[in-house]
Amino acid sequence: MSNYISTDSDWTFALLEEYDSEIARVAAHYRLDTYPNQIEVISAEQMMDAYSSVGMPIGYNHWSYGKQFLATQKGYQRGQMGLAYEIVINSNPCIAYLMEENTLPMQALVIAHACYGHNSFFKNNYLFRTWTDAGSIIDYLVFAKNYVRKCEERYGQDEVEQVLDACHALQNYGVDRYRRPKPISAAEERMRQEEREEIRQQQLNDLWRTLPTKKQNGDAAQKKRKFPSEPQENILYFIEKNAPLLQPWQRELVRIVRKISQYFYPQRQTQVMNEGWATFWHYTLLNHLYDEGKVNDGFMMEFLTSHTNVVYQPGFDSPYFSGINPYALGFNMFQDIKRICEDPTDEDREWFPDIAGKNWLDTLHFAMRDFKDESFIQQFLSPKLMRDFHLFSIYDDEAADHYRVDAIHNDSGFRRLRETLARQYDLSVREPNIQITNVDIEGDRSITLRHTQQDGMPLAGDTYEVLKHIHLLWGFDVHLESWDGDKMLKRMSCPSISVEL
Amino acid sequence: MSYIIDRRLNGKNKSMVNRQRFLRRYRGHIKDAVQDAVNRRSITDMDRGEQISIPTKNTHEPRIGHGQGGRQHRVYPGNKEFNTGDELEKPQGGGGGQGSGQASNQGEGEEDFTFAITREEFLNYLFDDLALPNMVKQSLARTKNFKTRRAGFVSEGTPNNLSVVKSMRNAHARRIGMGAGKRRKLKELEAALADAENRGDSGAVATLKADIADLERRLKKIPFLDDIDLRYRNQVKVPVPTSKAVMFCLMDVSGSMTQDVKDMAKRFYLLLYLFLERNYEQIEIVFIRHHTSAKEVTEEEFFYSRETGGTIVSSALKLMNEIVKSRYDENEWNIYAAQASDGDNWDDDSPQCAEILRNELLPVVQYFSYIEITPHNHQALWEAYQQVGSEFKKNFAMAQIRGPEDIFPVFRELFSKEQYEEAI
Repeated sequence: MSNYISTDSDWTFALLEEYDSEIARVAAHYRLDTYPNQIEVISAEQMMDAYSSVGMPIGYNHWSYGKQFLATQKGYQRGQMGLAYEIVINSNPCIAYLMEENTLPMQALVIAHACYGHNSFFKNNYLFRTWTDAGSIIDYLVFAKNYVRKCEERYGQDEVEQVLDACHALQNYGVDRYRRPKPISAAEERMRQEEREEIRQQQLNDLWRTLPTKKQNGDAAQKKRKFPSEPQENILYFIEKNAPLLQPWQRELVRIVRKISQYFYPQRQTQVMNEGWATFWHYTLLNHLYDEGKVNDGFMMEFLTSHTNVVYQPGFDSPYFSGINPYALGFNMFQDIKRICEDPTDEDREWFPDIAGKNWLDTLHFAMRDFKDESFIQQFLSPKLMRDFHLFSIYDDEAADHYRVDAIHNDSGFRRLRETLARQYDLSVREPNIQITNVDIEGDRSITLRHTQQDGMPLAGDTYEVLKHIHLLWGFDVHLESWDGDKMLKRMSCPSISVEL
Repeated sequence: MSYIIDRRLNGKNKSMVNRQRFLRRYRGHIKDAVQDAVNRRSITDMDRGEQISIPTKNTHEPRIGHGQGGRQHRVYPGNKEFNTGDELEKPQGGGGGQGSGQASNQGEGEEDFTFAITREEFLNYLFDDLALPNMVKQSLARTKNFKTRRAGFVSEGTPNNLSVVKSMRNAHARRIGMGAGKRRKLKELEAALADAENRGDSGAVATLKADIADLERRLKKIPFLDDIDLRYRNQVKVPVPTSKAVMFCLMDVSGSMTQDVKDMAKRFYLLLYLFLERNYEQIEIVFIRHHTSAKEVTEEEFFYSRETGGTIVSSALKLMNEIVKSRYDENEWNIYAAQASDGDNWDDDSPQCAEILRNELLPVVQYFSYIEITPHNHQALWEAYQQVGSEFKKNFAMAQIRGPEDIFPVFRELFSKEQYEEAI
């Protein structure tokens, strides 16, 4: 009498439940701590819907999501692109979508991957714990959707669209990188929203007071008030609080985009880890079931085929190459950590003295909890893995005629490679450093942004378009200065022309 | 703790609103594309969607990001022969080239953003231009109407279509048929039984009685109603309009008719065609172009070949009359005609045109529409036609046209007639 949960490849709801409970049992064995799961079976069309709202189950209406939808639909219908097997949402309960077209082994893979892998990552990684509140996100999205709709009814679709367009252009600059935010709570949000409108206006009026202050005695008058006193990196926050001409509802829209962008901030920083963790666990959990004799060889063959495709890393010269595959890198790193713990070589003992030979499960949980992509790679990428991936680093100087290979997978190159790769995942390197340095509050009310150039990299060509959007929100002149050290390279103004210095 | 929920029955069109928002934002582009398609497609081919392309730079959402250039280190997998310090040739054409994953996401290789709009959307954009009243838009965009009709009986169907009488009659016939032999035997046995009773042969009576009982039992076993008796009313879908129509497109192609004017005329023919398509199952189109003499041509030639020379309108009307007489019997065909011109005609010819219309054509056609695409003063032809128009109010319409929005009034009578019929 066989022990198999199923031998067929067609799924039923009863079988899904059975697989889910088996996987949950094994996950608990490995101490995976998760939010409750809400597994939703959807059709391919619904999957396309979910795709185009950037994975938000509820979103306010905006043309850019329509554009996304049309692109997805076209790609799918022409067969250029398959749909993802799953989408999972960082919420409590954790919502995961399964596509009805999937076979049973695929559904089991997705349950293990999303409902136990991603889910436990969402619940435990420090960035997610710091930046997002899984319990209230759905409520907040509902609040946002309704608020945007109300604004459209009251002020017109075009007005609302204009503000949202502008905010979207700045959405990566709506996060405090260094300060811990307060979690968003929808109920509170709604209650405080009206209150906020009034208070905000009062503060603004104070800031932008044009009446002379009571005493204009020499010293104070000479010294120009500097505002903001410190450079501000959260552009949307600054606009929300200080833009002179915005209506209260427009400030609220800025806030909505900012809050949602903040919700996605951890995901942008943990792609390798998050996918790697989920992939590691679907692999480990399903293999565990196989070892227990719960699934048969056919099941494993199908599962392994998909798994192998997911973690395939084409070389740089392959036509399929499109950057480093986060699934491949992440999965292999977690596997490698386990190997270092269980079966370390001398090299591993030298490079990882504190984890070699330790309990692998403890180490893995530690690695998942307290790192982001950048630090994770910096900390755990082993020489063996660099050799396996045949990694090499290219130095590209605009001024030189050649690319130079500046490190390869050998003894002298390991550290350098690891550092370079880690930097590649550092958001503060990936995105230009732009801060608000000055607002001319007593003069023409213009706002000045300062771009601090890194490694001589200029801003992208459509930066001026973004300035237009900032101008729309701010209402007065916007200047953007590019600095390399203490040398100003370029100054753009909107509305105006740009000047090369 | 997990919940598994079946969401497949929820609506799948969550993105429809956003899609509409997108279409609304790029209305201008889509309209241009529809215009192009109208000029490109055949008149008979307006009833489908269209691929729309919008240059990516127009749909691009700007973000702050790094441009190309500067000094960058990048890590790649799959090293085969490189060693530290090797120098590699940069690809031609400057910039990052294909190797630089991040950099090539933007900038080069701008492809158009393409997507499809549906038939309804296509027609909507088309009608927008023509300033059609809403009622008319609806009736033009409507797909073919079907009526369900009874068509005899079939042996398979849904219970609601079950014909009880027919089924019972079948059952009855089957019972008679299946029982016939047994009943004959029964009669014989009964006769034999009576005979045996008369003879007092008690042994024979007993066997006969047993045989009779057996036969009666078997007769009873014939089912009262069996699956094979069931008959269902058959319903077939029949398209409502079943008649035929022919549409004559007449156009002046003398030198003064420019391509723009022809494109406008094309919309005029198009509207009539769409109207006919809703109302007739089979439509034929005859293209007649004329300068001093008329000729029947293909659609391609009709719209896109150029001619010069003078203009004799009556030649086209004569040719149409001949074609009607030889090929389209007025009792069998509904005849529609649409004529476009810039108003030029050889002066002595106009009365002749009126004559042909009055005596030959208007008595047989359903509707004759005439548009004059000209910014100038009217000439003799217009006046002659006006004369005719006042006599045949029911099926003759004419208008002077400056833009596509002026076309519809020519058909107002036609469409209001249809609405009237629909209302009945």
